[in-house]
Amino acid sequence: MKGSEVVMKMLERHGVKVVFGHPGGAIMPIYDALYDSSVKHVLVRHEQGGAHMADAYYRASGKVGVCFATSGPGATNLVTGLATAHMDSSAVVAITGNVVTSLIGTDAFQEADVYGITGPVTKHNFLVKNVADLPRVITEAFHIASTGRPGPVLVDVPKDVQLADYDGPLEAEIDLPGYRPTYVGNARQIERAAEAIKKAERPVMIVGGGGQVAPEEVAAFVEQTGIPVITTLMGIGAFPPGRQESLGMPGMHGTVTANRAITNCDLILGAGLRFDDRVTGKVSRFAPNATVVHIDIDPAEISKLVKAHVPVVGDLRDVLPRLKAQLPRLAIEPWREQLAAWKAKYPERYKADKGLVSQEVIQMLREAAGDCIVSTEVGQHQMFAARLFPTTKPRSFITSGGLGTMGFGLPAAIGAAFARPGERVVCVAGDGSVQMNIQELATLAKHRLPVVIAILNNGMLGMVRQWQELFHAQRYSEVYLADSNPDFAKLAEAYGIEGHNVFDREHAKRVIPEALAKDGPVLLNFFVYEAEKVWPMVPAGAGVDEMIIGDQEPEFADSAPVREEVPA
Amino acid sequence: MTVSRHVLSVTVRDQPGVLLRIAGLFARRGYNIESLSVAQTERPGLSRTTFVVTGEDATVEQVTKQLQKLIDVLTVVDHSGSDYVSRELMLIKVAVRSPDDRVEIRQIAQDFRARIVDVARQALVFEVTGDERKLQAFINQMRPFGIVELVRTGMVALERTEQEEKERGRAKAA
Repeated sequence: MKGSEVVMKMLERHGVKVVFGHPGGAIMPIYDALYDSSVKHVLVRHEQGGAHMADAYYRASGKVGVCFATSGPGATNLVTGLATAHMDSSAVVAITGNVVTSLIGTDAFQEADVYGITGPVTKHNFLVKNVADLPRVITEAFHIASTGRPGPVLVDVPKDVQLADYDGPLEAEIDLPGYRPTYVGNARQIERAAEAIKKAERPVMIVGGGGQVAPEEVAAFVEQTGIPVITTLMGIGAFPPGRQESLGMPGMHGTVTANRAITNCDLILGAGLRFDDRVTGKVSRFAPNATVVHIDIDPAEISKLVKAHVPVVGDLRDVLPRLKAQLPRLAIEPWREQLAAWKAKYPERYKADKGLVSQEVIQMLREAAGDCIVSTEVGQHQMFAARLFPTTKPRSFITSGGLGTMGFGLPAAIGAAFARPGERVVCVAGDGSVQMNIQELATLAKHRLPVVIAILNNGMLGMVRQWQELFHAQRYSEVYLADSNPDFAKLAEAYGIEGHNVFDREHAKRVIPEALAKDGPVLLNFFVYEAEKVWPMVPAGAGVDEMIIGDQEPEFADSAPVREEVPA
Repeated sequence: MTVSRHVLSVTVRDQPGVLLRIAGLFARRGYNIESLSVAQTERPGLSRTTFVVTGEDATVEQVTKQLQKLIDVLTVVDHSGSDYVSRELMLIKVAVRSPDDRVEIRQIAQDFRARIVDVARQALVFEVTGDERKLQAFINQMRPFGIVELVRTGMVALERTEQEEKERGRAKAA
């Protein structure tokens, strides 16, 4: 057996059904072995697309996503995808070819120091120098990627290792003495957490991406305690958004209620989140009167930005049920009533007094699509989608949170469609972002996946434009796209995908259900109001209590945004 | 915000690229590594590295946790605030300009228990071992004679046994 066959056999052993990749010189032996393998291969048109697909495949299914790339440019093209997966704790195994061992370090054709380059953007990486190490390394790669706090792992395999003969066993022992993730929370810490929660009068729970693995545990915990729940961008779907306890998203573009809850609470129960700066705003103004209980599987996240008074290292699936067992229904009715009053006063609202606006398109999509998988690109449309189209199921809102990677949404929609066949995927995109991996329309066309791409086309880099309007004296530097955007409907058609340009409300109402009824991909290009802004907004560097409420204000006028004073 | 000097002992698997990962973590936080020494330990396949860095305590604690996260890192110990022994080795070449100098230099070296490892007409090379203060004092004493060049290994440190036992007890209790 050749090393390349060992690679494919090991993937089969790990239950890999699909690999996203692009061939090239240094990975040709593996592609040759793939030819005889039962593993399905999805040919992407750019390796970054492949990495995002593998990432979304994991996010949507909980099964490790796998991507292939060749040496040099192939592997460097993966880097953005790996960094995206790393920031959002997504289990990906990337396998790259490399030049033959004797040429490594000589600036050979299509050679790059992939091991060195990808180290900082992966959970771990390997350079395999001996074919006998392949079974162990690949086993370890899957183990590291999928256990503890998940993350991407890269395995770099030089071409001569792929071609080397191997007749040893494929079973391999994992040998990782330095890697022992903590799943079981410390009993004393859980007790302390329970004591703190019992004492609280105004507690609030914030669920992050870690909640995607523990939706039942989160629901049961809330059921028992009645604690109000905030879900971060990564936590969308970990708790149903329609529930009374749900306060929506916190932070820079969070809801008024969520941010007020944070400012006024006396206890935060952080569950599987890392208190990212987009969530906290200015840390010194974040929950100034709160005791912080922080549960996370990664000890390095505890007290990184927000000091945890009661840290609990462990898996939510272990910690939450044990914590729940020590808690009664919390006597916090006045607090719940206060939050309900804020929620009633500040519902999601927007002005639809212009032509088509982004928010109403998203709302129409939600009404027509119901329960589905949503992927997003990055920008204003992403925030509108997070607020107006939060999924009710876990693992279903797929977005680049930490790295904020434009170009993520389209390949992510494809990866998610492969992960959950038969389910509808809606990709909410912007006209700027979607062009960053637009070549993947070819992959989409080939596999006829049930993906509706909804481009909210305002002819602008909308989020940058919003910042320029608010913080850069309306100096709109390099954000105008409309004069050189393609005709997206025609572009889709050029790839063999049905495409529609949509200019008005009536047309939108008609075309959305039609598109969602199709079996294959459809691209809808909505021309929307160009100067729309995402409200509320916490300016960068400000506290979440200093949000600009804008359109969310009950009697909002066209005037300058009102700055809300919130008692701290 | 308390800034202080930290001596970190990191036990790592003897793998290519380990140092790159560790150094990368410090570099990302903008820390200059003041000294670094690496060598194999009593256990085959494991190396022990000793870092000296100066930084904000909270950030160093964060970096320590990040180090602990690296797959090839087995243990991380921050010696600051605990009782430890540290040593460093220095080779120092001192200029000899006159017979009187030679006598005086050798006398000082004797006081420091520095060993002569190379003798020439115009220079002497000493091997000095000790903690940082001792090495610095020796350098200061030799400076008037003229230091031709010197090289230091960087600090290595071990926790004192009593302290280590206490730490273990605490870890078990936690």
